[in-house]
Amino acid sequence: MTSPALEQTEPLSRPLRSPRRFWRIKAFLRNWTAVTAAAFLLVVLLASVFAPFLSAHGPYDADNLSRYVPIGTEGYLLGTDQQGRDMVARLLYGGRISLLVGILPTLTASAIGLALGLLAGYTRGLADHVIMRCLDVVFAFPMVLLAIAIAGAMQPGVTTEIISITVILIPYFARLARTATQDIAAMPYIEAARAAGGSPADIMLRYVLPNVFSPVIVYATTLMGLMIVVGSGLSFLGLGVQPPTADWGAMVAEGRVVLRRAPHVTVLPGILILAVSLAFNFLGDGIRDALDPRSIRR
Amino acid sequence: MTDGSDITLEVKNLTTRFGSAKTGVTVVDGVSFSLKRGRTTALVGESGCGKSATALSVMQLLEPPGEVIAGEVRLGGVDLMRLGDAEMAEVRGRRIGMVFQDPMTSLNPLLPIGDQIAETLTAHTDLSRHEAKQRAVDLLTRVGVADAGRRVHDYPHHFSGGMRQRVLIAAAISCSPEIIIADEPTTALDVTVQAKILRLLYDLQQAMHASLLLITHDLGVVAAMADEVIVMYAGRIVERADVDTLFHRPRHPYTKALLACVEGISDRAAALEPIQGMAPDLKDPPPGCRFAPRCPSVRDVCRRQDPRLAPYSARHDVACLLVGEEAANG
Repeated sequence: MTSPALEQTEPLSRPLRSPRRFWRIKAFLRNWTAVTAAAFLLVVLLASVFAPFLSAHGPYDADNLSRYVPIGTEGYLLGTDQQGRDMVARLLYGGRISLLVGILPTLTASAIGLALGLLAGYTRGLADHVIMRCLDVVFAFPMVLLAIAIAGAMQPGVTTEIISITVILIPYFARLARTATQDIAAMPYIEAARAAGGSPADIMLRYVLPNVFSPVIVYATTLMGLMIVVGSGLSFLGLGVQPPTADWGAMVAEGRVVLRRAPHVTVLPGILILAVSLAFNFLGDGIRDALDPRSIRR
Repeated sequence: MTDGSDITLEVKNLTTRFGSAKTGVTVVDGVSFSLKRGRTTALVGESGCGKSATALSVMQLLEPPGEVIAGEVRLGGVDLMRLGDAEMAEVRGRRIGMVFQDPMTSLNPLLPIGDQIAETLTAHTDLSRHEAKQRAVDLLTRVGVADAGRRVHDYPHHFSGGMRQRVLIAAAISCSPEIIIADEPTTALDVTVQAKILRLLYDLQQAMHASLLLITHDLGVVAAMADEVIVMYAGRIVERADVDTLFHRPRHPYTKALLACVEGISDRAAALEPIQGMAPDLKDPPPGCRFAPRCPSVRDVCRRQDPRLAPYSARHDVACLLVGEEAANG
């Protein structure tokens, strides 16, 4: 009497197609700004990874006879810095660190923050209080000050930079995810899903998470550019990578003393930071739009 | 009152409160009713009278601070109030399907509608995801969505309000529940669409031989759909009767007043009779009859004595102190 009447099922007249993923990629590809940004980031990323093959000089090869060589000099396409090191090599090798520090902590922190925020926002009650109060402690410190404190407690280096930036970003992502989760949890379709007998885990993963995902991914891409700068700040304070290793931020910092004499030493890494940050932002917008099914044309 | 075997859902003395015993508001106060197989029961009343809270209490979907503090909800011999969360999740969607008021926000915007219908099926049956999606196509066809094989992949924003309500109905009936609860299913829709959706609900309920609990404030809908009508006021049932009796021989002054509000339509606005005053604040309900402050035929006794829902005639219960008196006077 209570068994679901499935015997009425008739064979399907036409085959089911499952074009969802395809449409999403197509929606992304229509957004030329985002595609350009993605392509640019890919080029920068690949160039950094394959830096040894792309530059004639090593990043630490100082040539004291050709210091402050301007852009376009033979042998030094983008000139040299105050120690006569090739700017191309410095930028490519620096990009390895800058991109790593910009991307990895942000992604790690967004994943952890998303999980914590979902849990806190969806379960509410005790779990919410415990998670959010703990994060409030982290939140109470200014972002960079805390990063300095964490990095200062460890050995200077890239790992330290990555860990400290990850830790300071987690509360930001958790707060965003929690607020978004609470907004979504109040939507009638969540009540409808519960009325249909969905389990809490099911509702969280299939209904809440996809809706919370977009603001988090957009926020993450926004922060990637900023974290390149924060990572440089840590290096500048002696807590991140140490000279002669340099990321873009450190190059800007080093070059600023000779800004009048050789502006390219500062300007080139500056332009790269700006361009990469912008590209991350455009990429984030593109991903958000592509994730929104309303962008799918039929 | 009726043959017990026909009863699908029996609600006894359901009491729901928002907040604590001291400061809380009792929004559903000792409500008892039963639903019968293949019949439609309409739950009517003004906004805030506890109609929706009753439905959510039955489904145990109340959000804190809302809480059912007393009563039984018996479904096939089992008191749902005694079930654990997981057992109750088995009941929801499978044995009781629910259709909500606002089709525009009751579907997940990021999930194709076919997946949302399949979600209910995979939660309650051992169908695979693919089989569930196939079944979703059948269900969509059944609720009147044209070209369902293609549209099953579409997202909610591709559908109009009426079509979305059809999708939600398809999800609600996907496991052939014994009971369908429809909470103001047409309130958010255009008048022209309303009739179609009601027709669909009626046809499905007849075909499935299910009980339909139709929550509405629209007496026109009640007249068209219901077999039995329950009138609620301020968290309590004030009158209960079959639809003909209720419309032609209402006994409770509140029911009479509700009907007078509607009859005005044919006689132009001059004849409209709004009910005077406001529904009482449930934080501090008036002593005696809760309708007394607005009742045109109020007596002194009404302000002191709280009327109980009592049989007036066979299948007609009224909660009014004046009813006996009226009967005695002829």
